[in-house]
Amino acid sequence: MANVKFTSALKRFFPTLAETEIAGDTVKETLCNIEKTYPGILNYLIEDNGRLRKHVNIFLKGELIKDRETLNDAVNSRDELLIFQALSGG
Amino acid sequence: MQTKLLVGTSKGLVIFSNINDAWKIDSIEFVGLPVSLVYVDDRANTWWIALSHRHWGEKLHYSENEGRNWQEVVAPSYSNYSFKSDKPASLKKIWSMQHAGINRSGALWVGTEPGGLFYSDDNGKNFHLIESLWNHPSRLDSNQWFGAGKDSPFIHSIVLDPRDSNHVYVGVSCAGVFETVDGGKNWHAKNNGLVAAYLPNPKAEVGHDPHRILVCPTQPDTIWQQNHCGIFRTTNGGDVWENVSGKGGFPKYGFALVIDENDPNAAWVIPAQSDEQRIPVDLRLAVCKTTDGGENWSFTSQGLPQANTFDLVLRHSFVKTENTLAFGTNNGNLYLSDDNGNTWKTISQNLAMVNYLAFS
Repeated sequence: MANVKFTSALKRFFPTLAETEIAGDTVKETLCNIEKTYPGILNYLIEDNGRLRKHVNIFLKGELIKDRETLNDAVNSRDELLIFQALSGG
Repeated sequence: MQTKLLVGTSKGLVIFSNINDAWKIDSIEFVGLPVSLVYVDDRANTWWIALSHRHWGEKLHYSENEGRNWQEVVAPSYSNYSFKSDKPASLKKIWSMQHAGINRSGALWVGTEPGGLFYSDDNGKNFHLIESLWNHPSRLDSNQWFGAGKDSPFIHSIVLDPRDSNHVYVGVSCAGVFETVDGGKNWHAKNNGLVAAYLPNPKAEVGHDPHRILVCPTQPDTIWQQNHCGIFRTTNGGDVWENVSGKGGFPKYGFALVIDENDPNAAWVIPAQSDEQRIPVDLRLAVCKTTDGGENWSFTSQGLPQANTFDLVLRHSFVKTENTLAFGTNNGNLYLSDDNGNTWKTISQNLAMVNYLAFS
């Protein structure tokens, strides 16, 4: 079970969003399990072709994930996963 | 009589109400978020808006009680579709929406970037890509679709023949006008007479850049378009388009167009200087009107800023209902005429960029 934290910006669309323990062996599996708790959130994080949205960043154990295309980075128990929005202007 | 004006801006949806001939802001929804589409489905007065989040992608919301409550539906998806290069496709923007006919309850067309047309028969709960258009040989084999100001082509206009819900036109930038007469099973180009001055062959069958397409509801064989290369009109359902740009080349370039609901000869455009500059002609904001099918154009500018004005009116930011016309600009100004476009008044200033208008 990874410990998942979210940017507060997502709370506007998912008001009950909170730091949580989520199962999953990869980033993709973890996100799919988050979707079960917060239906619809997956579409906010990944594009319809499966890649991470351009202006979304996910940090695993303090590092940006390497695989933004298929989200296949391995997640281990007690890892920390941070879901942030990237900085962008406008 | 329509008494609400929905203004989709780059920083939220601003809802105006007309009370005793004064247009005042009722409420502001989705504050701070880019509204990229506003559509009123007048079959049941359902309001639709699309958001184009910088971070979270394209979203669709609707309201069945004039904006008091909103529901989100899953936006059209390109999952499992790819470009010819095998690169996976993905939704870039929701550009247009049109109900699919009085006799098709809950059915909607949605036009998107990168060039896909979607259909829903359950009020937006599910959308599917119209493969017959996505796989049209002009896009798939001939590479005649391409982006205009965007990386990919986009469907910005969906025109329904009020006599026959199987008969639909779409406007694609860049590709041109396509028609189906069998509800979307087959599509063919309808660009005869258009000019694409930026192509080696300006008379090419596909590759045109209509900026906005509108059909006259009471005489649906008359269709108008403000095109990148002029103003065009057809009176035979798109078999032949005639260039009805102003004599001397003005008005010619621009994005915004409205037409009269009853008179197929009446239309209004808001000209821009040129595609290189995209500013009002002579830095003066003006609306051009024709009442004889584009044979002659007159200017109306009373009430509009006439010096040092840089406001551009985008393609979906000009609307008309009965004698009321309204337009918003990329500089966040909103103007309205209640005398068929003869005189104008400022409704609001200092809004964000106006992307879309709709009356309700």
